[in-house]
Amino acid sequence: MSAFIQEHGLLFGWLTVIGQILLFTIVLLLSLAFLLLMDRKVWAAVMMRKGPNVVGPFGLMQSFADFGKFLLKEIIIPAGANKTVFLLAPILSLTLAFASWAVIPVAPGWVVSDLNVGILYLFAVSSLGVYGIIMGGWASNSKYPFLGSLRSAAQMVSYEVSIGFIIITVILLVGSMNLSEIVDNQSGGFWTWHVFSFNHILLFPVMVVMFVMFFVSALAETNRPPFDLPEAESELVAGYQVEYSSTPYLLFMIGEYLNIVLMCSMMVILFMGGWHGPIAFGEDFIANFPQWLVNLGHLAWFMAKVVFCFFLFALVKAVVPRYRYDQLMRLGWKIFLPTSLVAVFIVAGYVVYMGVQS
Amino acid sequence: MAARAVARIGADPVELIAFYILAAIVTISAVSVIAAKNPVHSVLWLILAFFTSAGLLVLIGAEFLAMLLVVVYVGAVAVLFLFVVMMLDVDFVELKQGFLSYLPFGALMGIAFIAEIALATFARGDTADNFNPYPGAETNAEAIGQVMYTDYLLLFQLSGLILLVAMIGAIVLTLRHRPHVKRQNIAKQTARRRKDATRQLDVKSGEGL
Repeated sequence: MSAFIQEHGLLFGWLTVIGQILLFTIVLLLSLAFLLLMDRKVWAAVMMRKGPNVVGPFGLMQSFADFGKFLLKEIIIPAGANKTVFLLAPILSLTLAFASWAVIPVAPGWVVSDLNVGILYLFAVSSLGVYGIIMGGWASNSKYPFLGSLRSAAQMVSYEVSIGFIIITVILLVGSMNLSEIVDNQSGGFWTWHVFSFNHILLFPVMVVMFVMFFVSALAETNRPPFDLPEAESELVAGYQVEYSSTPYLLFMIGEYLNIVLMCSMMVILFMGGWHGPIAFGEDFIANFPQWLVNLGHLAWFMAKVVFCFFLFALVKAVVPRYRYDQLMRLGWKIFLPTSLVAVFIVAGYVVYMGVQS
Repeated sequence: MAARAVARIGADPVELIAFYILAAIVTISAVSVIAAKNPVHSVLWLILAFFTSAGLLVLIGAEFLAMLLVVVYVGAVAVLFLFVVMMLDVDFVELKQGFLSYLPFGALMGIAFIAEIALATFARGDTADNFNPYPGAETNAEAIGQVMYTDYLLLFQLSGLILLVAMIGAIVLTLRHRPHVKRQNIAKQTARRRKDATRQLDVKSGEGL
């Protein structure tokens, strides 16, 4: 970013960056509206219902109707609540959810800030996400939200550890923490994607397991079913957001879904080849087209993969029953953590002795 | 864009403005940590201070260190702080009473701390080089890796071993195996099949088992 600003002058550089951020925000919010609908539609389809189908054709406008409803309702702040923290929590959730997107590359060069430590930045910002929930639960000054937030914090901290180790395996393979370089390492067809990593055939069993574990950890990290214990409607009514209504609740929900989409795009970038298509062909032919057109094609692949991952998230929500809390903790600490640690050792040994990196 | 440019505070007006804003926020939040009446607010201010210092580290070009600060201190340590503080049932009035008697000790520690930092800074003449985030390496991450895994590898591993011993010690101290307590055996549970638990009987009507 700073290099770009030096090239194009201060004012133009800053305006461009702000424009990029605005574009990202708007596109994200718009696509979120339809992803939310997709979530509900998939859920409904598994249960052989129709799902939302009244507002607009096929219910396409449902999310916008919900949005309007949330905005127009009254904001209720409980009398015993800590007002500042109570209102700060959803804002923090939403801000952090958006902040992560600054380093996500959606096509070659199409990224707000191409950080050298991009993946670490993502990890850092997503580890902050727990504060929105803790603050919301504590500030509500009520038992159910507090219990929900404690559960959620413990859960998110636990699964962060295994996510960190899984990310390290990918970093070891690539030799860089820059997200664009991680994606470029997977160019040249689906067999070089880190899920399969057929070009390092010995690592194939390790990386497939890592991918599945990342997916499950992502479910736990975003408090999605089957790990939605913080919300657990049947025990905690709705967890940390019981006392929230109207716009603050909306902010929480947008933040939550943004994090899910972020986890999907992390899966795509780390394991599924990012913006690269499954089969690399006609590189010379493609080179004839202008760069922006090629990038649009890359963007389409990226979005298709993210939507596929989101479909998996939605499907899991409909199919799998909720975990018990001790099972959740056991899975995180006793199964995922040792497995990912062993995988780090295996991948590191492979990288050193098989000479993956130059 | 990924290319490195040696960042020195003051080279760029935007960086200078950013430095003053961040430094002001760090100072204000650090003061608020001790000034806040509610301990939970204290921890929240502390988190802001951590986060903003990460921003300062980014400004001098130590981006790896900055991210680690956020991941480790803000993402893990401060969460535990917040956990403990939220669980406490603190009487604020009682808490305020001891303030004056602790003030001299606190002030003394603060002065000693500032004096130590000043001593260390003045002892090394070239101050600009002291804050070089990547001496003799391409990036901050490489510089840290060089120091930890090449120059001082044995010391680093030794400190890791000490931490491991400390962890095992903590586990051993708190681990109690109480007798007569039914424990869950996950492997046994999942290995259980239908034929182990049920049997089919042919019960004649009117007789029962």
